Order: sequence, then structure tokens, then C-alpha cells
Amino acid sequence: MTSYFRQSRWQRKKELIEPTIFELSKGRKRGYYRFSIEEEMLKAVGGVQKLIPEELRRDELNLPNLSEPEVVRHFSRLAEMNYGIDSGPYWLGSCTMKYNPKINEKIAGSSKVRRLHPYQPEETVQGALKIMYELGEMLGKITGLRHWTFQTSAGAHGEYLGCSIIRAYHLDRGEKQRDEMLIPLSAHGSNFASAAMAGFKVVRIPINENGCTDLAALRAAIGDRTAGMMITNPNTLGIFEEEVQEIAELIHGAGGLLYYDGANLNALLGKVLLSAMGVDLAHLNLHKTFSTPHGTGGPGAGAVLVRDGLEDFLPIPVLRERDGRYYFDYKVPKTVGRVKAFYGNFEVLVKAWAYLKTLGTDGLREVSEIAVLNANYALAKLRGLKWVSVEYGGDRPRKHEFVISLKDARSKIDAPALHIAKRLLDYGLHPPTIYFPPVVEEAFMMEPTETDSKEDIDRYVEVMRRILEEELEENPELILNAPHNSSIDRLDEVRAAREPILSWKIYERYYKREKA
Amino acid sequence: MRYIPNTDKELICTMLKEIGVKSIDDLFSDIPEKLRLKEPPDIGIPLDEAELYRIAKEVLSKNVTTEEFLSFLGGGIWDHYVPAAVDEIAAKQEFYTAYTPYQPEISQGALQAIFEYQSLIAELTGMEVVSASHYDWSTALAEAALMSMRINRRSKHLISAAISPERFEVLKTYLSPLGVTIVPLNYERETGFLDLDDLEKKIDDETCMVYVENPNFFGVIDENVVKLADVVHKKGAIFVIGVNTISLGALKPPGEYGADIVVGDGQQLGIYPSFGGPLLGIIATRFDRRFVRQMPGRLVGMTWSKRGVRGYVITLQTREQHIRRERATSNITTNESLMAIRAAVYLSLLGKDGIKSLCEKMLVNTAYLMSRLGSIEGLEVPIFNSKHFQEFLVKSRAKKWSEIQQSLLRKGIFAGIDLNKRFPGFFSELGEVALLATTEIHTKADLDRLVREIEEVMR
Repeated sequence: MTSYFRQSRWQRKKELIEPTIFELSKGRKRGYYRFSIEEEMLKAVGGVQKLIPEELRRDELNLPNLSEPEVVRHFSRLAEMNYGIDSGPYWLGSCTMKYNPKINEKIAGSSKVRRLHPYQPEETVQGALKIMYELGEMLGKITGLRHWTFQTSAGAHGEYLGCSIIRAYHLDRGEKQRDEMLIPLSAHGSNFASAAMAGFKVVRIPINENGCTDLAALRAAIGDRTAGMMITNPNTLGIFEEEVQEIAELIHGAGGLLYYDGANLNALLGKVLLSAMGVDLAHLNLHKTFSTPHGTGGPGAGAVLVRDGLEDFLPIPVLRERDGRYYFDYKVPKTVGRVKAFYGNFEVLVKAWAYLKTLGTDGLREVSEIAVLNANYALAKLRGLKWVSVEYGGDRPRKHEFVISLKDARSKIDAPALHIAKRLLDYGLHPPTIYFPPVVEEAFMMEPTETDSKEDIDRYVEVMRRILEEELEENPELILNAPHNSSIDRLDEVRAAREPILSWKIYERYYKREKA
Repeated sequence: MRYIPNTDKELICTMLKEIGVKSIDDLFSDIPEKLRLKEPPDIGIPLDEAELYRIAKEVLSKNVTTEEFLSFLGGGIWDHYVPAAVDEIAAKQEFYTAYTPYQPEISQGALQAIFEYQSLIAELTGMEVVSASHYDWSTALAEAALMSMRINRRSKHLISAAISPERFEVLKTYLSPLGVTIVPLNYERETGFLDLDDLEKKIDDETCMVYVENPNFFGVIDENVVKLADVVHKKGAIFVIGVNTISLGALKPPGEYGADIVVGDGQQLGIYPSFGGPLLGIIATRFDRRFVRQMPGRLVGMTWSKRGVRGYVITLQTREQHIRRERATSNITTNESLMAIRAAVYLSLLGKDGIKSLCEKMLVNTAYLMSRLGSIEGLEVPIFNSKHFQEFLVKSRAKKWSEIQQSLLRKGIFAGIDLNKRFPGFFSELGEVALLATTEIHTKADLDRLVREIEEVMR
């Protein structure tokens, strides 16, 4: 079986693809990036040396010394050895890897966005504040939660803030004993960590055969220590929690608040309001649903939205408008404080604003409808393949993502999800999220998003078919040794953890010497 | 919608048939009827690209930038020059559109770039281990405090009073559910250095960490930092230093005066102010099992492939939330990776000699501006008898600074931060003072212009 895809491989030697920037700059001096000081000023201050206290002068600095073209070539070669959304399909479940519109980058790259200091007088940043305000209002309409902040930089940061608000809410009501956060087993790992950081004990809630929250178990877990529940809907299995209203009633009845993890909102734009589901507060990942890029891990932006009655707990400052003038309000009576300096990842907010302006009212639904159509179409085609099984939820429609299990392929190879994911790389496809959610064995969590075409999906499925039905039968070694066509072959992650070489300095100090 | 390939009705029908349903609505039939919206919420009519661009320009035209006005604003974000090569690399789709490199074989570019970022910051700070990035300096500080608590299981935090109030507030929020105490450490009124006697008085066996910034929030290069490590370590506490990253081109790195953890913001390293974000939180520590195991956030490590080729992977993941859940060292997932790549390109580009020349220019600019302003009648500069980097305080005896600021704004100058107005309740011991910052983008003419305009206002 042939795969024709080849990723760039700037291999120099048998054992090296690209030298580090430190190795490249060994040896001699080169032209460098210099800043010039006016002679007159130098004279006026009496030279540089005496401007630094003797005790604190730096003697050594081991940074590279390279000319500009050398640096640019190095990082350009590195870029070529990296796979982005513009390279091809990227079905990472729960990550919503959709296309990042170029006009958004163009607008956000303007000096009118970038060359703004957060401490400028408000009258000089009215355009920036207007964009933030309009984005907040649009997201308020989309969710039905009318109060918002953009101070959080990521989804997990939003979860942390949400949990902090829940904590402040109960303390304000004199209910100090409410220290338990309920989280379904299928939730994102960050939910558990965020709740713990905000000072809660985590209570895990099992899921039923439909993949949804087990109501009986939830009833049993609820009590007067319940602070709230964190829910993801559709959940990480891509299944809509039909009983979300009952869940909300149970939580509210017990005096708790319902938090919504917005990672999976791409399924519901213009379809369902979070407020209608009984959600009290939520975070949205602007870098997922609202098309802003992930930048190899960030920056993102997490909007946190709350219902009426919780606005007094938002972090300071809160952006407000009066008579067409925008201003920050620092007098928020019960504020949780600040969770980050300044006002949020403004550049990212500009991109999300531009995206929503492009979508408009009609575009909202189209996004979710086609995202859901694409996911169900891909699932329908994958279901029929050998070794593929689907746990939970039977044949009910999935939303924007779905999970298949490859556990039956264990009869052929160990850890099939891992190896088959690596083999997908050989075809130029970014694999899905693997081994998540943990309730599914050998899980492939797949999310094509609305920006992949039918042809992209058909090809993805065809590649899966080839791997599962031909390669796995005829040549499992091919899969076990994959990838073959990427910049580098299979990396030893165990060794990386056992001998952590976390910087060039560590390599030079401890490792290289040992080797010699 | 132009971002959606599957819009053709017939094509959609084919796909629906494959699924076995009649309409797209059927795919939403599991959502209870009463939850389903009849109409989508009104967020306005869709704009085509040209319209959007025009409207965006119009809205943004209401902003006045630091390109248009002469700016002396600092206080945690500075308007440095960003080399064109940094923008060029950061705009490569392979970097900016990629996800977290969970599949290392197809993501070597990002992984190596992040490894190089970690390595360059390790050199700059004099530490050995650097995380792949945090949201910003304030959250990095909060995470460093939590990390310290995990290491020594103590709960008293001694925090210098000469730090940014915003950072202090973030730290307070993060520590508030944990039942800990935060005790401010005084600075010497004469020099602005950390008050060593005050530290000796307050530090005890309950002390978890001691946090000091160098240069501090007032731009003072704190000559006492080199005397702290012994005092802090003798009590078993953790020594955390906050840095102005660029200053390390000229100043002794915290690793050389005994810091256990270094935090800061990489914003100065090729990242625009952008009204406060995205930024680049730095956490660096020693290559010591006790510290590395408790490190929050992602780490990239070097390893080898099956065929013996050197490469990079995300490592020590058992500390992280997707595996450890509520026992993770942090909840962080999405970080500020692209900003870390920017910093890596920036530091590579400037290199050892470039950053040294940058620091020298900034030192000269700072000293020149201080001495020129100090010669103006009615102004008190410096407030502290010490060396400064990038920033310094100004006190006006003749006229309120807010008035000076207003007059200068009309002339196209952002004249620093009025500390009492910006941060009421902080720094009241200093009276009415303003914080002024300079960077390498200021020429002598720029600095002279500020001096001239202030003289005029003071007259």
C-alpha cells in the first residue's frame, strides 16, 4: 500500500534533522542586530558602565550570534516541518480545528490594534473598547447570558474563573460548606483541575449507556455541600445531554449553580441558548467555535458569561457603555478580583469579532448545521468499517463530533488507536484526539468541523478503510513502525520522560558529557 | 458562507442519505423541542470581506496608537520595536494555525521552536528549566506561588510591595481559596531596594516563598537582591524573582544570585502591546527533581526516534491536567505558544551582542531622560537614589501630574502612569507620583520633546 504524502524533512545528517539555534551559531562572529546610541547622549550620561551597579553586572550570556538570514532560514525550515490547518484535515475532537479566516488576521495585525497600550486614556481607545463591547453583546445573544468578561486567556482559565465565581457566590450567601463540584466522567480533564485550583473537592458523576449524565447517580451525589456542576453539552462523546433541564433543576434545587464548558459550542450556534438549558455561567473558547487560530498551543481567549444576578462577581474591570462612550468600571461590588493583568487577549478578540460580523445571524446556524452534518456523515461511513465499533448512544445523531472505538483491532496489534493514529500521518492527515474520553477504550474522538469538504471527509474515511481493512491484515508492521513520511520517524516518549532534556543547557551540561 | 465548502443542496442530500436521515433538522431531533430556538439570535447581517474591512478600519480609526503619539507608558507592558522578521515567522500558517503538538512526528517545527524558546529563556534567566509558556506575568506569579506551596507545604507568602498592583491582585485571587497569608515586604525609602531588616523580621519557618522583582515596579535596579538567597533558604523558603526580561541582557541573571523560580513576561521580546494581550508568561526553575515535578504547564524535551534521529516531544505529561485531572500541577492547557515562538525568533535575531546593545541603549535613554527631567524646576527625579532600568518615578511639586498629563495628551504625548489615579490604595506612601517608561524606540529628539513640553506646562 502506498502513501504518497511527504512532509518536509530538512535532514542534515543521519542523526539530525535541524540543528538547534545554538549549534548553528557556533564559532565565528557574524553581522548582528544592533541598536545605535547617539553619541551626544552617551556623553551626557557619562558612558554605559556606570549605569549598572557593579554587583549586578552580567558577565556571561550564552545566546546565539547569527545574522538575520540565518535566523529566518532556520525558523522557516522549522515551519515547513509543522502541520497546520492550512495544510490539511485536522480532526482533533473537542478542539474544533476550523479554518482561520485570513481577513481576521489582517485586521488584527493592524497597528491600530497592536500599538495600543492598556494604560492609555480611555478616550484614545474607544475603537478597541467598541470591538470588545460588540463582541460581548453578540456572545451574550448567542448564549442568552448577558454579562461577560474577556479577562481569561483560555478555556481552562475560564473554567477557573467560573469556579471562582461559584465559590464567591456561595460565600456571599453564607454557605461556606458548599465545597463540592460535580463533574461527569466524560468531561475534559481541565474541568477537574480547574475546580481543584479554585478550592473545590471533585465529585465524579458516572454516565449512562447513552453516554449522558446518569441522573440517578447525580441525585445520589447532590447534597448541601454541592456548589455546582460543570457540564459539557454536547458532551465529549458528541451526544446532546437530553436531560439537561432536569440536571439544571436538580442542581438549582440543591442550591448549586450550573457551569457550561463551551468547548463544544460549535454544535449549537443559533440552535439552543445556554440560558434555556438552565446554565448559570459558561466559558466560550474563541479559539475553537469562533475561528481564531491556536498558534501551536495558544494564544486563545476565553470569554466568561454569566446570567443576571451573577454580574456582581465578575472580575474587575467590567466594560460598560453609556451614551455611545465605552469605559471600564472598577466598582464591581462582589468581584472575585482579577485573574489576569489587563483586559484579555485583545488581538484574539478582534479576530472573533470579525468572524461573527462575517457570519451574521444566518451564518450562525449554517456553521453548526454543516459541522453536525459533516460529523454524522463521517460517522455513518466509518461505522461500516472493519474493527470500528461505536460505544454509547446507539444510533442517535451525534453533534459536531463523535467517538469510535478501535478496541476490536487489539486482536491484531496492541494499542491500535496509537499506532493507527501514527499511520494516518503518512497520508498527510492529522489524527483525531486519541484515548479520550477515557470512558471509551482505544478511542478516536473525531471532529471534522464545517470547514472540511465532503471530498476531505471521503478521503479521510478511505484512508481509514485502507489502514484498517488492508494494511492491518496484510502488513501490520507498516502500522507499528509508522510514521514513515513525516519529518521524523516514531519518537521515543518514554526516554524523553526518563531522561528529561528540557533545555539546551541541560543537554550540554548533563547529557552531552555523559555521552562522551 | 464562504468558509463552508458543503453548501450545495444536492451534495447535502447525498450526505443525508448516507447518514439515513431526511433533513438536517433530523440531526437535531434529539434536542428537546422546547429548547430549540425558532429563529437564531439577531447579531446583524453578514458582511462581505470588503465591507468588514471598511467597518473595521472605521471603528479602529477611533484608536490613537503609540505609533501616532509619543508614549512613555510602561508598568508591565512596553512599546518596544518588533523586528519585521519576527512578524514574518509568526505569520507562517504552519505555526499560527497549528494545534498543540500532540503528534510530535508531524509537529517537529513547533516542538523545536518551543524547545529553543525554553533554552533561550534558560540562558537569559540563568535557570535550566522553562515551561512552554503561561498566560502572562501575573498568572505565572500565581502559578509560581502555588508551585512553591506544593514543594514545601507552607502557607505564608512574603511579597515585595514594589510590584505591579495588577500582579498583586491576581496573586491574591489565586491564593484566596487556600487559606494562606500574604505579607507585604517594605522597600527602603531612600533607595527603593527591598528592606532587608523587614525581611529578617517577617520571615519564619512558616514562610513558603519570598517574591521580589528586579528591576522593581519603579524601575529601580535592586542591589539587595544578591543578599537575599541565604536569608530565604536558611528558613527553608523558596526564592522567587520577577524580571524585566530585556534587562537581563545587561543585569546579572537571577540564577546567579540564588533564585529558585524566575517569573516574568516575554512581551518585550518581539510581542506587541496589543492593548494588553496576548502576552507571554515565563516560569523558569532549577533542574532539580523537587522543582521540576511541581512545575505547572507544558514542557518540551529532546529525545530520539526509533532510527536514532534527534527530535522533540511534549514530556513529563503526568503533571498535566489531561492525565492527572484534579491532582495536576495546573489546569493550564491552551497557553501562549505562538508568543513563545515570537520570543525565540527575537532572541535568536538579536543574539548576545544585539541584546547587549539594546540594553545599553535603554540604560542610556533612561539615565538621559531622568537627568533632563530632574533639572526641571518643580519636578523631583529621581525619587530613589539608585540606578534605574527603563522606568522611574516622577513627582511634581508645582502642578498635579494629572494636569500635566492632560496638557501633554493634547500635544500627542502619553505622559506615563499616574500611580494614585490608576491604582488607588497602592503606593499612597509615595504621595502623588507618576511612572514613566522609555524604550529603544525613543530617540534623543523624542526625549527632548517630552522635556520641552513638560517645561512649558510647568511654566
